[in-house]
Amino acid sequence: MLATLIQRAVMQGIPLLFGSTGEILTEKSGNLNLGIPGIMYVGGISGVIGAFFYEGSLAAPEDANPFLAISIPLLCSILGSLIMGLIYCFLTVTLRANQNVTGLAITTFGVGFGNFFGGSLIKLVDTDIPSISLTTTSNFFRTTLPFADSTGWFGKIFLSYGFLAYAAIIIALGCSFFLNRTRGGLHLRAVGENPATADAAGISVTKTKYLATCIGSVIAGLGGLYYVMDYANGVWSNDGFGDRGWLAIALVIFVIWKPKFGILGSILFGGLYIIYLFIPGLALRTQELFKMLPYVVTIIVLIIVSARNKKENQGPQSLGLSYFREER
Amino acid sequence: MAEALALELKGITKTFGSVVANKDVDLKVYKGEILSILGENGSGKTTLMNMVSGIYYPDSGEILVDGRNVIISSPKDAFAYKIGMIHQHFKLVDVFTATQNIVLGIKDGKFNIKAAEKKVREITDKYGFNIDLNKKIYEMSVSEKQTVEIIKVLYRGADILILDEPTAVLTPQETQKLFNILRKMKQDGKSIIIITHKLHEVLEISDRVTILRKGMYVGTVDTKDATEQSLTEMMMGEKVELNITREEPKAPIERLVVDNLTVIKGDGTVALDNIHFNAYGGEILGVAGISGCGQKELLESIAGLQVTTKKSSILYKPDDLGPQQLVGKTPKEIRKLGVALSFVPEDRLGMGLVGDMDIIDNMMLRSYKSSRGYFLNRKQPRSLANEIIENLEVVTPGATTPVRRLSGGNVQKVLVGREISSAPKVLMVAYPVRGLDINSSYTIYNLLSEQKKNGAAIIFVGEDIDVLLELCDRIMVMNSGRITGIVDGRTATKEEIGLLMTKSVEREESNE
Amino acid sequence: MNKTKTHEPLFHIAKRDSLPVYKSWAIRGMAILAALIVAGVITMLLTGENPIQVYATMFKGAFGTSRRIWSLLQSLAMLLCVALAVTPAFKMRFWNIGAEGQVLIGGLATAACMITLGNKMPNALLILVMIAASMAAAAIWALIPAFFKAKFNTNETLFTLMMNYVAIQLVSYFEKLWENPKGSSNIGIINQSTHAGWLPTIGKFDYLLNIIVVLALAVFMYIYLKYSKHGYELTVVGESENTARYIGLNVKKVIMRTMILSGAICGIAGLLLVGGTNHTITTTTAGGRGFTAIMVSWLAKFNPIIMILTAFLITFLQAGAGEISTVFGLNESFSDIITGIIIFFIIGCEFFINYKLHFRSSHKEVK
Repeated sequence: MLATLIQRAVMQGIPLLFGSTGEILTEKSGNLNLGIPGIMYVGGISGVIGAFFYEGSLAAPEDANPFLAISIPLLCSILGSLIMGLIYCFLTVTLRANQNVTGLAITTFGVGFGNFFGGSLIKLVDTDIPSISLTTTSNFFRTTLPFADSTGWFGKIFLSYGFLAYAAIIIALGCSFFLNRTRGGLHLRAVGENPATADAAGISVTKTKYLATCIGSVIAGLGGLYYVMDYANGVWSNDGFGDRGWLAIALVIFVIWKPKFGILGSILFGGLYIIYLFIPGLALRTQELFKMLPYVVTIIVLIIVSARNKKENQGPQSLGLSYFREER
Repeated sequence: MAEALALELKGITKTFGSVVANKDVDLKVYKGEILSILGENGSGKTTLMNMVSGIYYPDSGEILVDGRNVIISSPKDAFAYKIGMIHQHFKLVDVFTATQNIVLGIKDGKFNIKAAEKKVREITDKYGFNIDLNKKIYEMSVSEKQTVEIIKVLYRGADILILDEPTAVLTPQETQKLFNILRKMKQDGKSIIIITHKLHEVLEISDRVTILRKGMYVGTVDTKDATEQSLTEMMMGEKVELNITREEPKAPIERLVVDNLTVIKGDGTVALDNIHFNAYGGEILGVAGISGCGQKELLESIAGLQVTTKKSSILYKPDDLGPQQLVGKTPKEIRKLGVALSFVPEDRLGMGLVGDMDIIDNMMLRSYKSSRGYFLNRKQPRSLANEIIENLEVVTPGATTPVRRLSGGNVQKVLVGREISSAPKVLMVAYPVRGLDINSSYTIYNLLSEQKKNGAAIIFVGEDIDVLLELCDRIMVMNSGRITGIVDGRTATKEEIGLLMTKSVEREESNE
Repeated sequence: MNKTKTHEPLFHIAKRDSLPVYKSWAIRGMAILAALIVAGVITMLLTGENPIQVYATMFKGAFGTSRRIWSLLQSLAMLLCVALAVTPAFKMRFWNIGAEGQVLIGGLATAACMITLGNKMPNALLILVMIAASMAAAAIWALIPAFFKAKFNTNETLFTLMMNYVAIQLVSYFEKLWENPKGSSNIGIINQSTHAGWLPTIGKFDYLLNIIVVLALAVFMYIYLKYSKHGYELTVVGESENTARYIGLNVKKVIMRTMILSGAICGIAGLLLVGGTNHTITTTTAGGRGFTAIMVSWLAKFNPIIMILTAFLITFLQAGAGEISTVFGLNESFSDIITGIIIFFIIGCEFFINYKLHFRSSHKEVK
């Protein structure tokens, strides 16, 4: 039972981990990208489009090549999220638009984009498939580590996930290392804290923000891909991804902008998200109350962090502000 | 000694919107010399140097480094030409350590903070800096932050160092320390440019002086041929009689009695330590001291903007009521009591005015509540705005222009004009002429003198001791949150005040 | 010299002084036009129709029948209402992106009154109670983040965002508590037979009341912001908290007061949606208006009168794109894509209003 809870929590947590790692990277550069929920949709649907056309090109499911089945959706997803990241950067960094408004517009667009193609793909290409169900490619994404089934609870908790889940953890650790131990990370943090200083030190604020935000978007987009190709067995359902994008943004605060805390944080959030399934005898309506737990916890963390007002635990100082060198 | 040209500027022009910051400026800097750029506030010194360091890009003109025409479009370019600038507002990341700030932006080989630290140590030892490299910036004093800035530039191997008003925030001892370091660098063959408006420092440290006035190049002289008088003339353009009319106070009445005033800041530092003084109606009380010595907190305490300790007492004695205790009252309550304190804060666009509002709406800031009813009455503010524009010669397209669009001096006039218009009994002003040209400064001095004649008690915080000596009846000198002396404005000498400003205080100096 | 960048920048950006009003609106107009062209091209690619046909379909969708016009006006009114609600907060630079939740809580309070008090008191009294309850509930909901912002300077963008989902789950809970019929997990039409608590209709026009209320609110908000002391105070707080403190304003009080107002108007939106239009509540009653409204308000530069136009633009696009998706059998999310594109263009064009580009003609080379 506990092993199942943990396993399910991890599976719930992985999209959040991707989203929050991407958003932390973005926010550390000073961009508050509220477009992450939309970008995760785009990351998901782009992968689906890629997989859809790949499967359509196969004569029979058995012909599927594992390498292509994984790399085509993966590349499509990366490309989709990258374009979204670029739009956000072009508007907020190059054109210095308000980040909140731009982010919300990206989310509107991205969620719309996901649902539109999810709902219209079949009609647009005129095939006779009844619904988008990409089990062939999905199976490749869902391949678990060896011995997952034969090692009992250990295998269940640690080995039973698709490769993207492990990728999420590696990316989070990598981000943590990058931010704290490398020159690039130092420069990135400087841009988010004080862009004028970074600029004066010869760091290109524009380039840093573009890179951080675009890479962050791609990472977040992988969360969407994981959700649809692994968690949801390759079946796209409109609005199925739900509010996980916002939950990812909540997670950023919960882990006080530290990606390595995000690994445990995401599993905890994932657990809170589904804990109602594991508490016996809950009325249907009470379950709904349990679903607000991650948000309530985030609010509490937000309050505590601000009340303690410790510099190291705050978000980047210039978060949400555009930078213009000649401002006076 | 100084033979080879390190840096040359030819015909540099820069405009911001309709404001011309620099017009056709020429400049030469030789290797191994210290050049001062002298000019009043707003004469375009900082803008000019910002173009050399890549913060701004000139509209026209040429920059030559080592005799080659170069284009500096970003700070990175500036570093490539071994130019480094220490800005007045430090460009440091608060949550980083000194070392992290110093290596920021440098891309040489493998990233290794330990090795970098060793290299930084070499520099600190060579020039005699004294600093803890692992301290976070937000825990540092102003002087420490400046040190980090200088090391940062040296670490980059800069041969041309530009310092923007480096002594504005330093104590005299710290200034001497800095000057010693600068002299060592000069011997090392580096070119140093100091932006300043302090004449005695110019004469003390530099080899040559370039003077700017209203964004234009006036001339360059060797320091050995210059005197304070000759430099002032070049800076001001015409011979300035620093002749402020000062009348004897007529029947001064006690207005403010300040006792035991102590302010302890949130971080535990003591900003004001047991202050005692009286202010009288009909006199101007000057306050002298280096910035950060507690003047700001003093004014804010009287205005009700600072939390003071319990035993503090600020008694205000109006004509019609008994003495009123101001401590513990909010700014609003102080006003409700009929206490007419007018306060021109140091940071005017940040505190006294609202940039995006027009002049009329800014006029109402203090008075909007006094009109009856729920709605705003813009009739009086409008006529007041027009009056101030006319009387103080504010240059503006009209009363409905947002204050942000005005130049610094005009912003100042709007603020001071508004504060004086309420005919206050106590008028506090901090640096009211900062950023003003000489004529506007005199307009302000005359306004203050007029208020004094009308019986207001004026507390004037100024940075120019000459002005304090000619304008004020009494001068109170502060140092590290304490009063080190109150002298008669008519008999005191500059040296006397300078001494009081720097007199050592037994208690450990508080940060900022 | 060693290798350094020697080319002169192709152009550089400078801040504009100010642009005449007609020019700035001309730029915005051009942006909208460009966006419509791009949106038309995309639609053409997806549907294979010629663009004229596409625009014609959009117009038909928005204005085709009188019922459609009414429906358009109703959507416009509701979007405008929420936009008006967030405006005072934004003018104070308080990023209230929790309007979605505040509207839901207002609607939930309305539904609660209708369900629990329906037929137990005179209808007029019930409606008064509904008005009070919806406004109070939403105001309190908005006050919570405002309180912590005032007390600890807690980030309001993230706080209000989280509050949305707490509100959604709360509505979800009550949906199941008051489900009708049992097991449907839906509240269904409340008081369908008695119409208790249904807001009155004016004449035969179902939506006229909503429209009038919102128009009145727009005028109120315009006057409040421009001529009232409260409006003046919140502008001062938004522009400079230090100045506000300096003139003796209680900044915390202004923040909380403004958010109460912002919340209360969201409450009215909830009231109109639940009591006037839908007569039920679901988690999607607010329908994303809380987010769209932010864009509407921002596009109008926080001017309540101009907001009528920006709200109209967005509503028209949504109605038009909705029609396209129906006619061509596409998913209804098509309208979100079109809305997104238009907003990208308008957001982007602000740059050309605030900044200007200097192109360089001469290219100097370094020997």
